[in-house]
Amino acid sequence: MDPVRAAAILLGKELRLEFRTRELLTATVIFAVVVVVLFSFAFDPTAAESRRYGPGLLWIAFLFSGSLMLHPSFGREQANQTLDALRMAPISPFAIVCGKMLANFLFLSIAELILVPVFSVLYNVTIAGIAGRLGLVLALGTIGVVVTGTVFSAVSSHARMRELLLPLLLLPVLAPLLIAAVEATASLFTEQPSLDRTWLAFLAGFDIVFLTASWLLSDFLLEE
Amino acid sequence: MKMRSASTVLVAALMMFAGYAALFIAPDERTMHEIQRIFYLHVGLWVAMFTALTVAFVANIAWLATRNPKWDWLGVSAVETGVVCCTGGLITGVLWGKPAWGIWWTWDARLTTCFILWLLYISYLLLRGLLEDPTRRATLSAVFGIFAFLDAPLVYVSNRLWRTQHPAPVIFGGQEAGLDPTMGKVLMICMAAMVCVMVIVLIDRYRLERLRYEAEELRLEIENRAADANSLVTRSVS
Repeated sequence: MDPVRAAAILLGKELRLEFRTRELLTATVIFAVVVVVLFSFAFDPTAAESRRYGPGLLWIAFLFSGSLMLHPSFGREQANQTLDALRMAPISPFAIVCGKMLANFLFLSIAELILVPVFSVLYNVTIAGIAGRLGLVLALGTIGVVVTGTVFSAVSSHARMRELLLPLLLLPVLAPLLIAAVEATASLFTEQPSLDRTWLAFLAGFDIVFLTASWLLSDFLLEE
Repeated sequence: MKMRSASTVLVAALMMFAGYAALFIAPDERTMHEIQRIFYLHVGLWVAMFTALTVAFVANIAWLATRNPKWDWLGVSAVETGVVCCTGGLITGVLWGKPAWGIWWTWDARLTTCFILWLLYISYLLLRGLLEDPTRRATLSAVFGIFAFLDAPLVYVSNRLWRTQHPAPVIFGGQEAGLDPTMGKVLMICMAAMVCVMVIVLIDRYRLERLRYEAEELRLEIENRAADANSLVTRSVS
C-alpha cells in the first residue's frame, strides 16, 4: 500500500481512538495548566518577570506534558497485542510510526493552543502581534518533541516501568530543543519582538536530524 | 592469557610514566601553578570517553546491520566504560573548577554537554536493565544509542551559541592560543595512557558480557532439557 495512504489511515485510527474518550487530551491539558499554575509560586509573576521566565516555563510545561502524553502512543498497543496486527499489515513500518507522529503532533498542538492563551492571561504576556511567528516556533518545537517522543515511546513500550522510563529517555535528548525553543520564544516576548532566525534554523535542523534517523531506524523499532 | 597480562603490565607502566610526566616533567603553569596539573588527567579522561562512545555508536549501527551478538556486547561494554570515564571527567572538572574559577560548576557549553551525555548514557544503561528479551534489548538500546550519539553535537552547538565560560580552545584555538611544547608532549602521553586504560577495561568488560551471554544460553538449554525430561517422565508414567 502507498505509505502516505497507510499513514493517513493510521492517523485516522489514532484520532478516532482518542476522540471517542478524549482521556489523553484532557489529562494532558490539565497537567500542563497545573505546571503553569505551580510555576507562579516559583517567581513573582509581574509582566517584566514573566517575559524573562515565561518562555522557559511554557516549554517546560510542553515538554513535561508531552513526555507523559506520548507514552500511550505505543503503550496502549500493548494491552491487546494490537501492535502485532499493525506489524502484520502490508505497510512500511515508517508509515505506522509516521501516522502516530502525526496524531501526537495534533494532540500536542491542541494542548498548546489551549495552554498559550491561558498562559498569556495568567502572566500578562501579550501575544496579539506575535501569534503567527509564535505559531511557527511552537510548530517546529512540537515536531521535534513528537518525533523523538514517538520513537522513544516505541522503545520504552517493551520495557518494565515504561511510564517512568519514557521521560528519562526523552527529556535529556530534548535539552538542545529546549534551549533553542526557549530562546526563539524569548526573542518574541521582548518589547520589540523580532524572531531570532538562528534558533529557528536550529529547531528545523533538530527536526530534520531526528526525522531522518527515525525514518532510517523505523524498521528495527517495530520488529518482533 | 599471556597477551592479556603483558598488555596490562604495559599499560600500567605507561600510566605510571604519564603520572610522573604530568607531575614532574610538565612545566609550571603561569597563573594556576600546581592546580593546573589535573588538566592532564582531565583531558585524558574526556578523550577516552569520546573514544568509548564513538566505539559504542559504531557497535550499535553494526548490530542493527549484522545481528552478530558480538556487536551488542561491544556496545554495552563501550557505553559502560564511557560512562565511567565521563564520571571521572566530571569529578576532576569540578575539583579543578573550584580553585581555578572560584566555583564548582558553571553551565558552560562543554560542561553542560558532558553532563547531558552522562545522563543520556545512564538512561541507556537503565533501558537495557529494563528490557527482558535479549534480541529486543540489543535492538532497542542500539536505536536509543544512535539517537543519543546524534544528540551530542546538537547539545554542544546549542550551548555554544547560548553561553560559554570554559577556557577557549587552547589546542587548535587560533593564533593566541597554544600549549607549551613540553606540556603538549606530556598531554599526548597522558591521553594515550588514558585511552589504553579505557581499552583494557573495555576488553575485560566485553569478556564479561560474552560470559554472561553464554551463561544465559546454558541456563535456557538446561531449562529446555528439564522440561523435555519432565514431559518424558509424565508420558511414561501415564
